Amino acid sequence: METNIRKKRKAFVMEQDCVACGCCMKVCPLGAIKVHKGIMAKVNMEQCVGCGKCVKECPASIIELKEV
Amino acid sequence: MKKHWYDYLWILTPIYLSLGCFNILFAWLGLIFFFVPLIISIVKGTKGYCNRYCDRGQFFALLGGRFGLSRKKDVPRWMKSKGFRYGFLIFFFIMFFQMLWTTWLVFSGAESLRQAVTLLWTFKLPWQWAYSGTLIHPGVAQFAFGFYGVMLTSTVLGLITMILFKPRSWCVYCPMGTMTQLICKAKNGKSDPDTQKNYSRKVES
Ligand code: SF4
Ligand code: SF4
Ligand code: SF4
Repeated sequence: METNIRKKRKAFVMEQDCVACGCCMKVCPLGAIKVHKGIMAKVNMEQCVGCGKCVKECPASIIELKEV
Repeated sequence: MKKHWYDYLWILTPIYLSLGCFNILFAWLGLIFFFVPLIISIVKGTKGYCNRYCDRGQFFALLGGRFGLSRKKDVPRWMKSKGFRYGFLIFFFIMFFQMLWTTWLVFSGAESLRQAVTLLWTFKLPWQWAYSGTLIHPGVAQFAFGFYGVMLTSTVLGLITMILFKPRSWCVYCPMGTMTQLICKAKNGKSDPDTQKNYSRKVES
C-alpha cells in the first residue's frame, strides 16, 4: 500500500522556457534541482520529493508537479 | 538550508542606489554588476552569478518573498517568450549604446554635462545634488549619470513586476540574465540529450 501520495510526485521543468535564473535551486531543501550549464534547470528524479517549493518560486512558472 | 556569505549580497542593491544619491560618481561601481556575470559565463560557462551572487535577484526575493510585497501571480505568457526576452535585450543594448554615445559627446566636448538621471528612458530626474565635481572630466560624470539611470530603471522595472507578478519576475526578462544564458548556450552547445525523460511538452499551460 502507498504510504505517502506525495512520494509519487516529482517536479518537471519545461526546459525550453527556462531562463536559468536558479531561483528554484535556491529554495529546494534537498538540492534536487540544479541549473545545468547555465542553460536550464534539471531535476534529479532520485532526490526530488515533490514538495513543490520550486514550483511556487519559479518566476517563469514553468515547473510542474506530476505524478510519476 | 544553510546560509552562505553570498546570501547576503542583496544589501548591495540598496547600498548602491543610496550611494548614487550622495555622489553620482559611485555609479561607476555598477560596472562590477555588469562585468562579473559576463566573466563568469564566459570563463566558466555557467550562470553562477544569477544562481548565487546576484544582489538584485536576492533583493527582489527578499522584498517580494519575506516582506510579501508581491502578488505572487504568474507572469503573462508573452513576458517569458523568447521574442520578448531577446527583444528587450536588444532594446536595452540600444539604450545602453545611446547612453555611451551621450557620454562620448560630453567627453569630446560637443555637448555639456547634463546633471540628470534618466528613468525608464524617458523621465529626466534632476540629480544635481549628487555632483559637485570640478576636478574630474565632465565625461566621467556623464557616464555616471547615465549608468545610474540604467541601474535605477532596471530596479524600478523589477520592482513593478515584483509587485505585479512573482518576486523575481525581473529575472525572466533581465537583460543580464538573458545575455549570460545566451553565452552559456553558445559555449556549451544548445541541445542536451540527457533531459528529463518521458516529459511531454503538452502539459504546459
Ligand atoms: S519539488 Fe521540492 S524536492 Fe523536488 S525539486 Fe522542487 S523543491 Fe526540490
Ligand atoms: S526558477 Fe524556473 S526559470 Fe529559474 S532556473 Fe528554475 S526552472 Fe528555470
Ligand atoms: S536574471 Fe538578472 S536579476 Fe536575475 S539573478 Fe540573473 S542577473 Fe540577477
